[in-house]
Amino acid sequence: MIQLEYITKNYPMGKRELKVLRGISLNIGKGEMVAVMGPSGSGKTTLLNIIGCLDKPTSGSYYLDGKEVSRLSHSELATVRGQKIGFVFQTFNLLPRLSAKANVELGLRYAGGGDSQRVAEALAKVGLSDRSHHRPTELSGGEQQRVAIARALVKNPPLILADEPTGNLDSRSGEEIISILTSLHAEQGITLMMITHDPNIAHSCQRIIRIKDGEIVAEEKV
Amino acid sequence: MKKWWEVLATAWVGVATHKLRSFLTILGIVIGVAAVITLMSIGKGVEARIVSNIESLGSNLIIIRPGAVTAAGGVRGAFGGVQTLTLEDATAISLTASDVTTVAPFSSSSMQVVAGNQNMRAAITGITPDYIQAYNLQIASGSFFSNYDYDAGTKVAVLGASVTETLFTGSDPVGQQVRMGNNVVRVIGVLESKGATMGSADDTILMPLSTLQQMVSQPRTSRGEHIVSSITLAVTDQAQTSSVIDQITSLLRARHQITTGGDNDFTVTSMEELASTLSEAIGTMTLLLGAIAAISLLVGGIGVMNIMLVSVVERTREIGILKALGARERDIWGQFLVEAIFLTLTGGIIGVALGWAASSLVSRLDIIPTLVSADIVVLAVSVSIAIGLFFGFYPAWNGSRLDPIEALRSQ
Repeated sequence: MIQLEYITKNYPMGKRELKVLRGISLNIGKGEMVAVMGPSGSGKTTLLNIIGCLDKPTSGSYYLDGKEVSRLSHSELATVRGQKIGFVFQTFNLLPRLSAKANVELGLRYAGGGDSQRVAEALAKVGLSDRSHHRPTELSGGEQQRVAIARALVKNPPLILADEPTGNLDSRSGEEIISILTSLHAEQGITLMMITHDPNIAHSCQRIIRIKDGEIVAEEKV
Repeated sequence: MKKWWEVLATAWVGVATHKLRSFLTILGIVIGVAAVITLMSIGKGVEARIVSNIESLGSNLIIIRPGAVTAAGGVRGAFGGVQTLTLEDATAISLTASDVTTVAPFSSSSMQVVAGNQNMRAAITGITPDYIQAYNLQIASGSFFSNYDYDAGTKVAVLGASVTETLFTGSDPVGQQVRMGNNVVRVIGVLESKGATMGSADDTILMPLSTLQQMVSQPRTSRGEHIVSSITLAVTDQAQTSSVIDQITSLLRARHQITTGGDNDFTVTSMEELASTLSEAIGTMTLLLGAIAAISLLVGGIGVMNIMLVSVVERTREIGILKALGARERDIWGQFLVEAIFLTLTGGIIGVALGWAASSLVSRLDIIPTLVSADIVVLAVSVSIAIGLFFGFYPAWNGSRLDPIEALRSQ
């Protein structure tokens, strides 16, 4: 599913370059559930952004579903994001002026469209059928994150990327979110990659990748 | 199709979220469009009325007036400064010119007119039978002159509507007498009001030309011909107007003994020409007024651009989210552009409605006739769309170029 070959990423910082990723090679198979751990500033989010086609690597090759995507244009990358990748963010990132249903519908807009049936199914999968007309401000943090998950999965992407999906939630809501993500992975065979600081959550995945200073320092199977 | 609907719906949500702000933003467009519509409709209305007034006089008319004469010293005199047209010119025209139905020479004069205890200074027009036909005059009460009156020069008069109103408030003037200088004149008829604003027969007293020539000592030319103020012709076919003008011009030049290369001592104007000259002049005025009103559209457009720039900054995070969901640059660009056009188009439509209401109010209050024509409305609406396109372009482009990661990180 994901094949990274010696990916580097530098950011200009004044006259010098900040080396955020220093050559990462990684393979993630279809249907795998992987946790990424590491201290802050280690480059996890940058790695996730590159895998999510939000950013381009400075060097190296990235094959997504067998296709080289690291040299695509902005607009081609956007199309890849729209069709293949669902994002779940730490801060939910819902549009506050839209209802839960309308937020989920946004997930379909750039994926080639779909009907309201799929929106309803996605909301049912995260257990929010009865709250579809509420706005984000009228929902709890856990509920908001479930709307965000519904938005990510409504287009049936082969890959879902989650950046600390439980980071802003209390432990009970966090557990709910993880159990939803785990069951999605189990039932639909979605490839799931998740950044987390929580060892318990990491251990609910199949593989843990540890990053430090822009390099993979350890990989372990759970 | 569905996608378009979604883009429109999202634009609506964007606009509706800040109702007051959106309203204030489009106010400039509303006022601009309303002003353009109102001013243009007033201009068009005035133009239409003047043209129809001229046409009510008869668009197949050709009017010959005495023109400027260049004196020996090379000084060109004023129009009408020298009386050059004569009754004999008119006779010659009616004998030789083709495609001419009526030739109506007339003589204008002004006299103090007394009726009972009312008195006014009135314009007196001495006419021949053709005049009534050329100007399509109708009698309201009484009768016109008989052929005997024209031949014998009897002292009879037909009064214009407003002259009647002044001299005989309310009572029937037919059969009554008025005094003009030392003469006692019998009123035999009253004209139907034409309501025309220019050279209206309403303000004059008509008399047989022969009678007027007796009452006022009419000057003669050096060749002993009877001077008239003007000659009006009616052509059989409006298409023949210019050939008739050519014929008359050469005839009069010959009669007035103007050498080749010399200037005409008369002017020939067709009503058609007069109408088009006037409507052109008013059209230019209208355009000028519209252009001034359009400045407020420009200011309104700048307001829209300002708000769209603010809106893009405010919704940076939203742009990041949409980009993460797969929106391409042109999707974002289109979204903001549609929103800008949505604003200006709404402003344009409200402005059209407001302008329409204002101009029909002006009409209804009988101030000035107005005419809202479809092309002004189409123009106003397309201009407001164009303003949205033009002033929304840069802000939308700005938004579309945002880096998704930066945008997602912003608060």
